[in-house]
Amino acid sequence: MTASSISTESNTVSHGVLRERAARWLPQIVLTPSLLATFLYVFLFSAWTIWISLSNSSLLPDYKFVGFKHYGELWQNHRWTIAYTNLFIFGTLYVTGTAVIGLALAIIIDQRVRAEALWRTIYLYPVAVSFVVTGTVWRWIFNPASGIEAMVHGWGWAGFHFDWIASRDMAIYTVVITGIWNHAGFCMVLFLAGLRSVDQDLIKAAQIDGASMARIYRRIIIPSIRPIIIAALVVLLQFAIKTFDLVQALTTGGPGISTQVPAIYVYDLMFQRGQLAEGAAGAIMILLALAAVLVPYGLWRNYQRRREVARV
Amino acid sequence: MSEVAAYDPMAAVAGWRYRRARIGVYVILIAVAIYAILPLLVIILNSFRDLDDIAHRGLIAIPLAFSLDHWGVTWNKFCVSGGCNGIAPFFYNSLEMTIPATIISTIIGAINGYILSMWRFRGSEILFGAITLGVFMPGQMVLLPWAITLGSLGLTNTIGGLVLIHCIQGLSFTTLFCRNYYVGIPEDLIKAARIDGAGFWRIFRKIVLPLSPPILIVTVIWQFTGIWNDFLIGLVFSSGSGQPITAALIGLATAGTSVHEYNVESAAVLIGALPPLLIYFFGGRYFLRGLTQGAIK
Repeated sequence: MTASSISTESNTVSHGVLRERAARWLPQIVLTPSLLATFLYVFLFSAWTIWISLSNSSLLPDYKFVGFKHYGELWQNHRWTIAYTNLFIFGTLYVTGTAVIGLALAIIIDQRVRAEALWRTIYLYPVAVSFVVTGTVWRWIFNPASGIEAMVHGWGWAGFHFDWIASRDMAIYTVVITGIWNHAGFCMVLFLAGLRSVDQDLIKAAQIDGASMARIYRRIIIPSIRPIIIAALVVLLQFAIKTFDLVQALTTGGPGISTQVPAIYVYDLMFQRGQLAEGAAGAIMILLALAAVLVPYGLWRNYQRRREVARV
Repeated sequence: MSEVAAYDPMAAVAGWRYRRARIGVYVILIAVAIYAILPLLVIILNSFRDLDDIAHRGLIAIPLAFSLDHWGVTWNKFCVSGGCNGIAPFFYNSLEMTIPATIISTIIGAINGYILSMWRFRGSEILFGAITLGVFMPGQMVLLPWAITLGSLGLTNTIGGLVLIHCIQGLSFTTLFCRNYYVGIPEDLIKAARIDGAGFWRIFRKIVLPLSPPILIVTVIWQFTGIWNDFLIGLVFSSGSGQPITAALIGLATAGTSVHEYNVESAAVLIGALPPLLIYFFGGRYFLRGLTQGAIK
């Protein structure tokens, strides 16, 4: 009687302990599967691709180590040269163009214009449209036979030419125009939120001192939204480096190979030409380009945060 | 003018300048609005126009007549991406991919965010940092490993495979969104619940979930538009009739020199753009919040 009661008691105790332990570890247990999946995706997959880039893989993975051979081949490749040159041209113009138009729109809309919500809705909707749709439609608009050139011819100006998309030298600028279309409104929204969070007393004080509005923007408002501007530039640079679908739909990298960008070339190497190792090497170059943007930005943000904490 | 100038020259100049500036403001607003709205207008209007009309007057013109016929052709008769069943099968593929992937990744993200904000343990901040690295991963970095993994799981060219990829790749975003939101819930609320004996799931259900709708809506919108609009994964890991709509639509661009049925194609493009656009127009505030949160991580 006593023995059995003791044993049941100890049973419930040990059961209770187990339960308590499980309860204590429950968060970690629940977190584990998705954590594992994310870690496989981020770290194992990255390592895997790095390994493939150093291997002898061509049509199929072949894990024989050959060192940096494929990196050398990639950098000697004419198409790759064109691709990253285009990335610089496109990246510079797209990022500055989007940021400048975005800032101009934000400042203008901040002047208490009529129907502000309507303007904002019109400018921002492109960000909801996929790059494939964007590229397809702009391809039609840039097409001399059906788009803007045809429209102007219809007005009676027969000598008008606008055939950038068919020109090896100019096609990259159609990609810039289309890219800006996609994200100018997005920048506007970010900047507008910033403009409206600027300390109003500061602006009033400057007005009382007789500063012109242009000067107030230049000296007070824009400097105080600098963190937002930098964040927006980083996001845009990220988009530029990853640009793939937009170019694929707009120009398919053409005419010829004149609008190749790294992301398209890497995809081609991997899935069209069966050069897995060289493709993987290109993918790592894209990753490094992203890191070159994001790591300094991350460090800068950390530095800023620490300085703020120190100030307080 | 001279009379007014004689009266108060400064005010007159200032008034004139002000008016000129106002006109300038609206001229710029309208010019950019035309740039912004032109593509949408082009596909909407051309989806109602006859082919003859388009051939004669180009794509940028006011329709002479409206016809709804092309929409029917687009939906289930149009030949695209190797089949002639219209855009409908691809539209359904996209739905079958996007809805489960959105729901699953949002639920897991909410639970992860809950743990990483309210059940912190040693190292949890580092884990959170590592998870958010996934936000920056370029697609090309993981294509080959995914291809090999999907192959060994037998999921190549299945909707299930696409759902799996979007779920795992989306977890970084959903976890980030939810965690950053839950950090703002007062700790005392959770402490009080714990003292009352509420456990892990009970606190989640009774306290955290009821406070979550704003962030869940933001997360769902973000995931839905992102997955619906994604192209690379659909392109690489599906083919033929198993493609999502973005991958099928690229066929319109790469069709080359064949004659374009611009009206039918316009309708197809519009259908492909419609779900995210509807979300944008009707979920505006939440869409915006997701956008700014996603940007300034």
